[in-house]
Amino acid sequence: MVKRITTPLTDEVVRDLRIGDEVLISGVVYQARDAAHKRMVALIEQGEPLPFEIQGAVIYYMGPSPARPGNVIGSAGPTTSGRMDAYAPLLMEKGLKGMIGKGLRTDAVKQAMVDTTAVYFAATGGAGALLAQRITGNEVIAWPELGAEALARLQVEDFPAIVVGDCHGGDLYEVGRREYARQV
Amino acid sequence: MPVREVDVADVTAAIERLCKEANYDLPKDVYAALEAAKKTEESPVGRAVLDQLTENADIAARDRVPICQDTGYAVLFIDVGQDVHFTGGGFEDAVHEGVRRGYTEGYLRKSVVEQPAHARANTKDNTPAVIHTRIVPGGGVRILFMPKGGGAENMSSLNMLKPAQGVQGVIDAVVETVSKAGSNPCPPVVIGVGIGGSIDMVTVLAKKALAREIGSRHPDPRLAELEDELLRRINALGIGPQGLGGTTTALAVFIEEMPSHIASMPMAVNVQCHAQRHVVAEL
Repeated sequence: MVKRITTPLTDEVVRDLRIGDEVLISGVVYQARDAAHKRMVALIEQGEPLPFEIQGAVIYYMGPSPARPGNVIGSAGPTTSGRMDAYAPLLMEKGLKGMIGKGLRTDAVKQAMVDTTAVYFAATGGAGALLAQRITGNEVIAWPELGAEALARLQVEDFPAIVVGDCHGGDLYEVGRREYARQV
Repeated sequence: MPVREVDVADVTAAIERLCKEANYDLPKDVYAALEAAKKTEESPVGRAVLDQLTENADIAARDRVPICQDTGYAVLFIDVGQDVHFTGGGFEDAVHEGVRRGYTEGYLRKSVVEQPAHARANTKDNTPAVIHTRIVPGGGVRILFMPKGGGAENMSSLNMLKPAQGVQGVIDAVVETVSKAGSNPCPPVVIGVGIGGSIDMVTVLAKKALAREIGSRHPDPRLAELEDELLRRINALGIGPQGLGGTTTALAVFIEEMPSHIASMPMAVNVQCHAQRHVVAEL
């Protein structure tokens, strides 16, 4: 069964999500990858406000290709989440509730998801043309000089993802792999 | 043989076209391999992912948008016939200019930063390209373009094995590299393996191996058998499409080999995501 969820996320919604759940996400998600994360964490460390309300927010680890004239965005699939692992626990502590990306997370990130009630979704890596069709709004809100790495507010409608890490300590990458591993 | 003059403007134009084509049109062999995998993949989630990937390729080809937002570092293997005389400007400048135009006018992402350990400032036109040039007999110019995404490249490995480790050492290093990479390089992956040469050459061999057509057989039966064995072991890992569990972790394993030093057995594994983009132009 596919679950429809709307951002910002509440603890109640997050608690209801389990690994393997297919979701369709609607609402605002924030586009940020390596460089924007470095800057966000620097702002927090300096006691400065972030360029957006992080309470309940969902961050999409993504840096799009440029949009053709008339299009909202270019190709827009997830990047490897692990590079944001150094920054994610602090952002969750500040209220971040969801992350969309792809790939493995560290134990520290998984523990922070349990401690702060947050969820990790995977979108299909390398399906950027398909995923771009579910993005209906795109506005850079900070650091335009970073180009594809700028911080942007995206409006998404029925954005398809799968819960790969839940706030109960579940990790679909581990479970799924174990199920299909064979002896040779 | 008479000298053949080739205007470098033709090199620029060919590379501009290749940059766009490679990023919009998934090669037929890769598309066919994804279709074939749908029939054998045991995981329903895995099959759903494979469906998304072919649908994505259809959209990209139709709308002329990149298959993946990571349109890659521009890697080029260029074979230049020794009878060719380039005119109209510098050869390497012309190559970089082709990449610059392709990425700018093709709405491709600029993914190159200068001073990698310091400023990491974007060069804004996806240059410089990585250029491997070879001088070959004849009067032709063959350009192979392979944009290489960062996520999969990061999962690659260089292994200075001991000669005593032999074939088993190669098998263990390949399987361990893919196993550790897990979901990160966007499986189903294609694996390029270099064996032999020197520390620099073995990584070039691994990269070049990735240009082979999926479904093609290595001409050396010894290496063809090793490719089959590696593919079987990788697909037994259970990683599956996007790492969500399944029986399709790799679409193909390709090996390139050359002699090595008596004391060495360098071995490299270049991991490539399912968007195995490779295109060729001949001038």
